[in-house]
Amino acid sequence: MQYTLSVLVENHFGVLARIAGLFSARGFNIVSLSVAETEDPSISVMTIVVDGDNRIVDQVKKQLNKLIEVIKVRDLTEEEYVERELALIKVGVNATKRREIIEIADVFKGKVVDISHTTITIEVTGSEEKVDAIIDLLKSHGILEMARTGKIALIRG
Amino acid sequence: MTISGGKILVECLKREGVEVIFGYPGGVVIPLFDVLYEEKDIKLIHVRHEQGAAHAADGYARASGKVGVCLATSGPGATNLITGIATAYMDSIPMVAITGQVATSMIGSDAFQEVDITGITRPITKHNFLVKDVNDLARIVREAFYIASTGRPGPVLIDVPKDVLTSKTEFVWPEKVELRSYKPFFKVNQGQIKKAIELLEKAERPVIYYGGGVIAGNAGGLLTEFARKHSIPVTSTLLGLGAYPVDHTDPLYLGMLGMHGTVYANYAIYHSDLILAIGARFDDRVTGKIDEFAPNAKIIHIDIDPSSISKNVVVDVPIVGDVKDALQELLKHSFTVRTDAWLKQIAEWKKSNPLTYQQSSQVIKPQFVIESLSRLTKHKAIISTEVGQHQMWVAQYYQFQSPRTLLSSGGLGTMGFGFPAGIGAQIARPDKTTIVVAGDGSFQMNVQEMATAQFYDIPVKVIILNNTYLGMVRQWQELFYDKRYSAVKLAKISSDGKEYYYPDFVKLAEAYGWWASRVVTPQDVEQALKDLLAQKGPALLDVIIEQEENVFPMVPAGANLTQMIGGLA
Repeated sequence: MQYTLSVLVENHFGVLARIAGLFSARGFNIVSLSVAETEDPSISVMTIVVDGDNRIVDQVKKQLNKLIEVIKVRDLTEEEYVERELALIKVGVNATKRREIIEIADVFKGKVVDISHTTITIEVTGSEEKVDAIIDLLKSHGILEMARTGKIALIRG
Repeated sequence: MTISGGKILVECLKREGVEVIFGYPGGVVIPLFDVLYEEKDIKLIHVRHEQGAAHAADGYARASGKVGVCLATSGPGATNLITGIATAYMDSIPMVAITGQVATSMIGSDAFQEVDITGITRPITKHNFLVKDVNDLARIVREAFYIASTGRPGPVLIDVPKDVLTSKTEFVWPEKVELRSYKPFFKVNQGQIKKAIELLEKAERPVIYYGGGVIAGNAGGLLTEFARKHSIPVTSTLLGLGAYPVDHTDPLYLGMLGMHGTVYANYAIYHSDLILAIGARFDDRVTGKIDEFAPNAKIIHIDIDPSSISKNVVVDVPIVGDVKDALQELLKHSFTVRTDAWLKQIAEWKKSNPLTYQQSSQVIKPQFVIESLSRLTKHKAIISTEVGQHQMWVAQYYQFQSPRTLLSSGGLGTMGFGFPAGIGAQIARPDKTTIVVAGDGSFQMNVQEMATAQFYDIPVKVIILNNTYLGMVRQWQELFYDKRYSAVKLAKISSDGKEYYYPDFVKLAEAYGWWASRVVTPQDVEQALKDLLAQKGPALLDVIIEQEENVFPMVPAGANLTQMIGGLA
């Protein structure tokens, strides 16, 4: 099962290395990780999606808490939260296919962010499932390149 | 007035109460050694290898309860500390390691003697710091000592670039440490205490299993009081030895459990219906096959580190907090634990499977040496061990009476630890006889520290249980690898088939200016030990023991605790 953890950390150099090192040293699996400053520039938030059973994730949380520079670990899986991912997807097109790709993007509330004679690049944001779904549809049209962020998440309310 | 970073660092160490530093100089830390040169309040012990500095600081910390401090230069000096830092980390020993670093402007340029020591030590320190600005130095030193000594203790490394040592600033001592992300104090949860008591009242076969956390938490007395108040039998990990006074005639005392534990400790744990684990972490050397560890027992676990709880075994009642606080809470309540029938069963196991060995009148048995040593020192010496068979014989046969008297690398199992750690302990406790029990293999791993002991007149005693083998590996090869003794023989065998001891430890010790002697027959052991103990300065006794003696009982790796070989009735 996948668990989404929101980890507040001191915005110091080396913190990401500590967290990454913890996961590799203890054999925990990271599905995705994203890091950014919060509204307080001295604090960063890491959204980490971890794969494992209940006991492994329990250890992950405890080990994260043990790191001196970790301020707070929240397991969003236990709470109501909103999550988003962003993907940029470049698809190879010709003049006849272009219309079709734009229609797919429209259905997913995606945006066309770049266009050329032979390619079109779509930006899409949403839940992991939604991003997966559009990727799946576009695959048959020939995805040339793709970049996808990790998940970011916030508790509701 | 502004002062240099080097002076600030030393001033901070003094304010932290540091009296001794174990160090080795080198290029970038010369400015720091220059400050220490005229420093009266801090004794600088110049070791002969940085690994010795780290272990000596560790031994100092284990024997005194204070933070041990070691110091090395950048690059190879820093990397030589690593085994010592990892040893302290695995056994939760408070230590501050200070390393020099190339100047901040050179960092990342592969400069001479540059190594990313904060990167390298990240997984083996509780925390580490690279000081980039002299204005941060005092605060960082303060935080380092605070982190090392609070909560579950551990080593903290401070990497100080050369220009930080030489640049000047106003010295400001931070009165308080403020770390919003580090809150090591947990109040013991009353609800959990109640749940624990309910389980204790219901239990029919309870056992207390305690470890190094009881020593670190200075709770040996409370543990003993609690166990005796409720007549609950106790068993110790290697690092817990001394927390409860060792006496095998004490009906509550089971000795050590696990791979080389007593038969009755392992039986008691296996058949128990409730384990009260205190400051111990269910290491694989203790549990044996984890799925078959204490199959019918519920578990209460007191530990200051939440991540120790339910890591290896699932715990029914976790109590997070200082072991001292938790034991005090448990002692406040009145309740009854019924253990009469259980103690009767344990007494039978003790009677039918005592800890014993085959004495010999021809060749010296290592167990006999340790028994004699225990008696001659009235069970009160500080014993520092290396790692291997001799370590287990010390754990089995020396009757430790108080905490902080056994120093041993339990978690990492570091050969080369015991001798420098013994030097550190002797400096911490000049009032106590300090004896290093070593194997002929382990002792050679930091043998150079004989120079340190001689140079500073440190009266540490060394007993080498010399079996001409890396005995523990040989034992495994004998039992599990068809006696294929690969890379374990240490004596030289000449062309005519005779073997001779080498190095000659007596000559070696004498080369360092030590008193040294050798004993080869059982009848002479007592006098030889007395002669050793009578020496005023550093002294070594080479004890030629049975070459192929094994440590028994033994739970083979991967077996459950009742599947012991050797030592069974």
